[in-house]
Amino acid sequence: MAAAKYKVTYIEDGGKTHTVEVAEGWSLMEGAVKHLIPGIDADCGGACACATCQVYVAPGWQEKLPPKSDMEETMLDFAPDVRPNSRLSCQLRMSAALDGIVLNLPKSQH
Amino acid sequence: MSETIVIIGAGQAGAQAVQSLRAEGFTGPITMVGDEAYPPYQRPPLSKAYLLGTFERPRLFLKADAYYAEAGCELLVNTSAKAIHRAERTVELTDGRKLSYDKLLLTTGARVRRLKCPGADLPGVHYLKTIADVDGLQDVFQAGKRIAIVGGGYIGLEVAAVGAKRGLDVTVFEAMDRLMARAVSPELSAFYAAEHEKAGVKLKLKTGVEAFEGNGKVEAVIAGGERTPADIVLVGIGVIPCDELAVQAGLASEDGIVVDQNARTGDPHIWAAGDCTRHVGREGHYIRLECVQNAIDQAKHAALAMVGRPKTYSEVPWFWSDQYDLKLQIAGLARPTDRLVLRGDPGLRKFAVFHLRDGAVAAVEAVNAAPEYMIGKKLVASAAKIAPETLSDMSIPMKQMA
Repeated sequence: MAAAKYKVTYIEDGGKTHTVEVAEGWSLMEGAVKHLIPGIDADCGGACACATCQVYVAPGWQEKLPPKSDMEETMLDFAPDVRPNSRLSCQLRMSAALDGIVLNLPKSQH
Repeated sequence: MSETIVIIGAGQAGAQAVQSLRAEGFTGPITMVGDEAYPPYQRPPLSKAYLLGTFERPRLFLKADAYYAEAGCELLVNTSAKAIHRAERTVELTDGRKLSYDKLLLTTGARVRRLKCPGADLPGVHYLKTIADVDGLQDVFQAGKRIAIVGGGYIGLEVAAVGAKRGLDVTVFEAMDRLMARAVSPELSAFYAAEHEKAGVKLKLKTGVEAFEGNGKVEAVIAGGERTPADIVLVGIGVIPCDELAVQAGLASEDGIVVDQNARTGDPHIWAAGDCTRHVGREGHYIRLECVQNAIDQAKHAALAMVGRPKTYSEVPWFWSDQYDLKLQIAGLARPTDRLVLRGDPGLRKFAVFHLRDGAVAAVEAVNAAPEYMIGKKLVASAAKIAPETLSDMSIPMKQMA
C-alpha cells in the first residue's frame, strides 16, 4: 500500500509558490528536492551534515513541529540568515498533522 | 540549432549536472546513460540506514521519477556505453545504438576493488556499492550470522556498526595497523576502534586476508594464519575509477580521468566529474576524491564550463560517516605531517581534531561536534591561522574563531 501523501507549499525567496505532495514519513527536504524546488540544496541528502536545507516555517506551523535536536540546533547556527522560525527541512518528517504546511525558502543556502 | 549534451553515468554527479545545466540556462537535449537499473540515487545511505532497514528504497532516489522527462533529459537506464568516437563525436552503446553529442560529460563513477585471493569468487562474498549489492546482502544479513568484513574503512565500519546493531557477530579484518588509515588521523582511528570493540565488534588489525574457504559457499576466512568461520563476507577495500571509456578514447587518465579546475579533459568537447576524475585540487596538485561533495561541486563546475561560463573549482572537500550514534564530519584533506590539536574530550564522545599546516587550519575531523565542523570548514577555506591553545580552549566558542 502506498503511504499517505500530504500537501506542502514551498515559497521561493522571489515569491514563486510550489504546492506538492509529500509521502508520510519523508522529510520536507526530500519533498522539495524530488520536486526540484529551487532553494533547497541538501548536499548531504538528509544526514544533517551540511546545513543546506534551511527553511523558514510560516506562522502557525512552528508549534506543530517537533523540537530541534541538539545536532539540528548547532548545524542551524551556521546556516546563513538564520531566523527564529528557521529549521533544517531534512529533520522534519511529513505527517497528517503537517498537511498544508507552508515553508519559505532562503535566498541562498551557502 | 541547439547543442546536444550526452552524459555517461547516472549517479550523483550525473544528476547534479542535469540540474545545473538546466539551472544555468542550457535548453538543448540531454541524454544520460546509466548501467544500473535505477535512476540516479544516493549511495551514502546504502551502508547505513538502507542496510539497517530504516530507509526505504524510493527515498534513495535523488529526484522524483518524472523529473528527468520534465527536465528534458532522456534517461537510459540498464544501458552501457561501449566506446566514445571522438572524431565523429558519438557514443556507441553496447546495444549497438549511437548517440551524437556536441558536448560530452563523463560521470562514470568508480567500481569496487575486488579481492583476488583464493576463494574470492565463492558465493557469500559480497561487495557494497549499489542498491542491488545491498538487496543481495539483506537476505543473509540477519541476527546471529557471522559476518567477516574485509577492510576497516568507511564502508567496512559502517556495515560493522549496522551489523552489531542488528545482532550479527562481526569481525573486521584490516591490513593496516589502524582503522580508516587513509581517511582519518591516528587519534580518530583509536577512538573508533574502541567504539567498535565496545559494541562487540572484533577487530583484527595488521591482518591481511589470504583466502576464503568453503564448499559451494564461503564458510571461513583465512587471515594472519588463522581460520575464522564466517557465514557472510563483506569486502570493502576501496574503489577504482571507471576510466576505461576515456582511456580507450585516448583521453589522459592517471588512476582517474585527468581534468582541470573547470572539469575539462584534454578534448574540448569532453568534460568529466565525480569519483571517476583526478583533478587539480585547491592546494594545486592532482587529487582524486571519492565523495558526494566532489560529485556535486565538480558537476556544477562542469555544467558552468559546458555553458561557457567556467569558474574555478576550489571548494573545500567534506565527508561524513555515521557509525552507531557517532556523526563523523570531516572538512579538508589532512596530511600525516600536520600538527594535530584536540578540542573537547573523546571520553565524552564529542570532540574535534584540527590539523594545522604552517600554522593554518588545513583540515578538521569532528565527532558529534557540529560547531567545530561548520566553523572548521570555514577556517580551512580561508586557511586561517589560529594558535593551537586557542583552538583547544573549550571556553572560547567556535563562533568567535571565524
